[in-house]
Amino acid sequence: MAHTERRDAPGLPDFSLLKRLARDQLIFLLEQLPGKKDLFIDADLMSPLDRIANVTILKQHEVDKLYKVELKPIVSSSDQLCFLIRPRIQTVKWISDLVNSDKVAGRFRRYKIIFTPQKFYACETVLEEQGVYGDVTTDEWNFYILPLDDDILSLELPEFFRDNFLEGDQRWVTTAGSALHLLQSVYGSFSKVYGIGRCAKMVYESWRELMEEGEQRTRQPEFAKVFLIDRDVDFVTPLCSQVVYEGLVDDIFRIKCGSVEFGPDVTSSDKSIKVMLNSQDKVFDEIRNEHFSNVFGFLSQKAKNLQTAYDKRRGMDIQQMKAFVADELKGLKQEHRLLSLHIGASESMMKKKTKQDFQELLKTEHSLLEGFEIRECITHIEEHINRQVSMIDSLRLLCLLSITENGLLSKDYKSLKAQYLQSYGIEHLLTFANLRQLGLLEEQQAGETLTVMESKVGKLVTDKTVGKLTDAFSSLAKKSNFRALSKRLALVPKSGEEYDLRVPRDMAYVFSGAYIPLSCKLIEQVMERDGWTGLEEVARMLNGQEFAVTGGCSSSEARNKTDAQRIVLVMFLGGCTYSEISALQFLGKERGCRFIVVTTAITNSARLLEALLDNGASV
Amino acid sequence: MSRAKPEDDEYWNSSKFKAFTFDDDDDEFSRLKESKRAVNSILVDDDEDEDDVERVSWSGEPVGSISWSVKETASSIRSGSEQSFPKIDTTPSLSKQGSGYSLSSLFKGNLYDLSPEETVRRMQKGREFSLEKFRSLQDKLLLLDEAVAVYDGNLITAVLIYLNKSLSKEILFRELMARDVALRHYVHYLKEMGEQKLLLNWLPLYFKQLMQYKEHLNIKDEGRRRDFLKSCLGLPFSQDDATHVQDHYTLLERQIIIEASDKKADAEIFKKFPRKASILNMPIITTLYYSCFYHYGESEGTFSSPSNIRKTFRISEKQYILTALGARAKLKSWFDVDSLFNTKNWLGYTKKRSPIGFHRVVDILQKNSAPVNVLQEYVNLIDDPDLKLSGALKYKCHDIVINTYRDLKDRQELVVYREKLERDSPEYRKIQDLLNNVQIRWKN
Repeated sequence: MAHTERRDAPGLPDFSLLKRLARDQLIFLLEQLPGKKDLFIDADLMSPLDRIANVTILKQHEVDKLYKVELKPIVSSSDQLCFLIRPRIQTVKWISDLVNSDKVAGRFRRYKIIFTPQKFYACETVLEEQGVYGDVTTDEWNFYILPLDDDILSLELPEFFRDNFLEGDQRWVTTAGSALHLLQSVYGSFSKVYGIGRCAKMVYESWRELMEEGEQRTRQPEFAKVFLIDRDVDFVTPLCSQVVYEGLVDDIFRIKCGSVEFGPDVTSSDKSIKVMLNSQDKVFDEIRNEHFSNVFGFLSQKAKNLQTAYDKRRGMDIQQMKAFVADELKGLKQEHRLLSLHIGASESMMKKKTKQDFQELLKTEHSLLEGFEIRECITHIEEHINRQVSMIDSLRLLCLLSITENGLLSKDYKSLKAQYLQSYGIEHLLTFANLRQLGLLEEQQAGETLTVMESKVGKLVTDKTVGKLTDAFSSLAKKSNFRALSKRLALVPKSGEEYDLRVPRDMAYVFSGAYIPLSCKLIEQVMERDGWTGLEEVARMLNGQEFAVTGGCSSSEARNKTDAQRIVLVMFLGGCTYSEISALQFLGKERGCRFIVVTTAITNSARLLEALLDNGASV
Repeated sequence: MSRAKPEDDEYWNSSKFKAFTFDDDDDEFSRLKESKRAVNSILVDDDEDEDDVERVSWSGEPVGSISWSVKETASSIRSGSEQSFPKIDTTPSLSKQGSGYSLSSLFKGNLYDLSPEETVRRMQKGREFSLEKFRSLQDKLLLLDEAVAVYDGNLITAVLIYLNKSLSKEILFRELMARDVALRHYVHYLKEMGEQKLLLNWLPLYFKQLMQYKEHLNIKDEGRRRDFLKSCLGLPFSQDDATHVQDHYTLLERQIIIEASDKKADAEIFKKFPRKASILNMPIITTLYYSCFYHYGESEGTFSSPSNIRKTFRISEKQYILTALGARAKLKSWFDVDSLFNTKNWLGYTKKRSPIGFHRVVDILQKNSAPVNVLQEYVNLIDDPDLKLSGALKYKCHDIVINTYRDLKDRQELVVYREKLERDSPEYRKIQDLLNNVQIRWKN
């Protein structure tokens, strides 16, 4: 609301088309199994399906009953069963068991599996091995992209992150490539592609292959540029507490597929309400990208305006009142409802955040980002662990400490790990192994000189000074990429400078002025330079794997269409956070362009870390 | 799905890969055909009749296409076996006929003649293919490398499934050790198939001890779980992890003993505060808390005593005090709380000392609704004057507030504070006396 737009923002392509395409294909697939059938849907497909079709549409195509896939025996009397699932071995095994138990019972049914967004050979092998191949027909529903909003597109594949980055399984690479290919076939070609990360390169390659074999469209592109970025290029940003409204709502209430469920504490009634959070909600649209501290003021101003609008009724004659009811009242009521919800949500968040020592948490995060008073941070993290408060927050702080400091000193690592296991369970040994593998939480391989030095110093002076000295030494001994990157890209503003959050001056506002998201800064820089020239050192510190590719597609033609030239598609492989989306929106407004975010899923610190936990029984 | 041409029958009857066949008209374009039709009707109509053969036999750059040039800037590749960019050179042993597609690929009857590269192409497009002909180890590995070279995890796994069936595990694992990407796909596939046993048999040690340890999570019965953990003790963990696993075993062993006896315990404390859950499989600190709650004061000789748990698991003083404080404050045993912090010096005077800040202690006491006199004592012990004052204000410890302002010689704050108090209360009078005291040199 406070931003000033330099230029008119270019209009966006109409992504609702993607929903129509997905719906049409689903209907086509359902018709492939004529007659009445029961439909079993994977739990995590239900919300995405909701966004593009409804029960009426399914019923129109002879879906009788709907069930959620629960991997338990079923109670269906239908002669035709259709399964709409993600390509997972576990689910296919369950279906095979169903078919086999029907066979034993002498029951004849027709079975169809619709895999989305694609099938995997491994799944079909399960059907073959279980002796039901042929009894079950399979199909693919290429529902690659769900538009969550006008400018947010999601593949809704949260497992992409773990599969790709932890397990090293590249099964989703072609999926991401196909998603880009789909966008290109519907909205036209791109003139330039940039990227960084191993997965980004593979996705680009896979997409290029599809481009080469598919027919070429000659129409004007609707986007100019594409930027592909791996989540592991920047782990710092998703690990930070979110303080922009939409991000905060996601951290606290967990937005699922663009919708959130507000509990009784928000609705101040005894029931929960599900709300869609997107640009259709005018109140939300105005506050979603705002720093939380501005939201209260905005909402109360809004409430006053609303009151004034209502007050107009006084002194109206009947005719005027009639007009008021017909023209305005409905809108006012709608606004009223939304306003009270968001006020309720803000209050509830406020309460939660003060209860959890949120201020202290933020202070520690900011110190870590700044590389300031690291010993105090470690003490605070230790206390956090000792008090057994939020297991995920403790882990988050440990990871932030490790990444920003380029690994923990051996003695700190050992001690913090031991305390963590004591507080949250020894089985987290497995979690630590995962985090180590991803480079999220590491032990420094301190040089010998450092260790010798440390022990000598340790004998001479008190603990506190040792802490300070080791801080100084360790910064010399390690490669320190985050610090160096932060310095080179000016990610952390100099401390002590006032930052007016009501008038943000850069993308740092999404973290209270303390830090500019690395991912977004990188995008800004590459766009500015139209490539990686001058960023060689930065790319090297990010482990390389950067690329910039120009399409031969008559760039002069593309330049003519200035609007398209100013639309940039950013694809996050492994998830992106709402804070990053807010930062990019800000950048777009500053530069007079628009960013469209394509992500494998919306993520935040909790989702990211939960994907790496290994403390429960495997299914 | 019914099968294709008669000459294929022999192959299809023997193929293990029937699963991957498609009808003739169900070719690679079926995927987007539906979408494209819809799109085309909405957008531009440049639809030419699409002919498979024409497109597949294409080589070189068709008119009007985008030619892409890859500008490679400096990039370091993390590990040797990973793919670089742009496309890497793969050198298949079988003849690669030109840069495009060989004619043979157009005839489905000749699936057996395809090179690894061509086979992988067909797989990519979801067309019929046969892996049966790749019988020599060299050919199998070329096929695998080709799948890895196109980055498609689905295909890599498909080839691995074939290798899994047609190679001995010993040879397969030996070859995979040098192929990181393929190995990780194979490990993930086996995990998803629930074939951990196979992995545990064949993976080298350094890979598997954690995987083996992880199995305990799937064992429900606590006795069996304990025995399993015991069997893990011999695994070659790093020194630190070995200690943790040992702790895990010891912990569960103790918990089983404690649980068995507490389940039927009838001591007063269990009646007054019935247990809400079993202590089995809880973390060490939770166990310590439990023991401080139900077994406080037991001698170190018993497994359930706080001191035994503290010693066995090398719990730091800070952690111990924090946990014991939480438990005793919950029970409102203020006497126990006191003795946690009491230390005697050599003259026999007691003095309160704490490894955690007293402001934290006050927080915990307050959360457990400690009475004002208890709170006041601890607020008084807070080192930091600012924290002390804010604590005193928050918890209405009047004496501390008044004394602090007096020491600060802050007359104005005293006057302000006086207004908040009840007239003629002892605190009110105390302020009154101070304000009347001519000896004090107020700073304001």
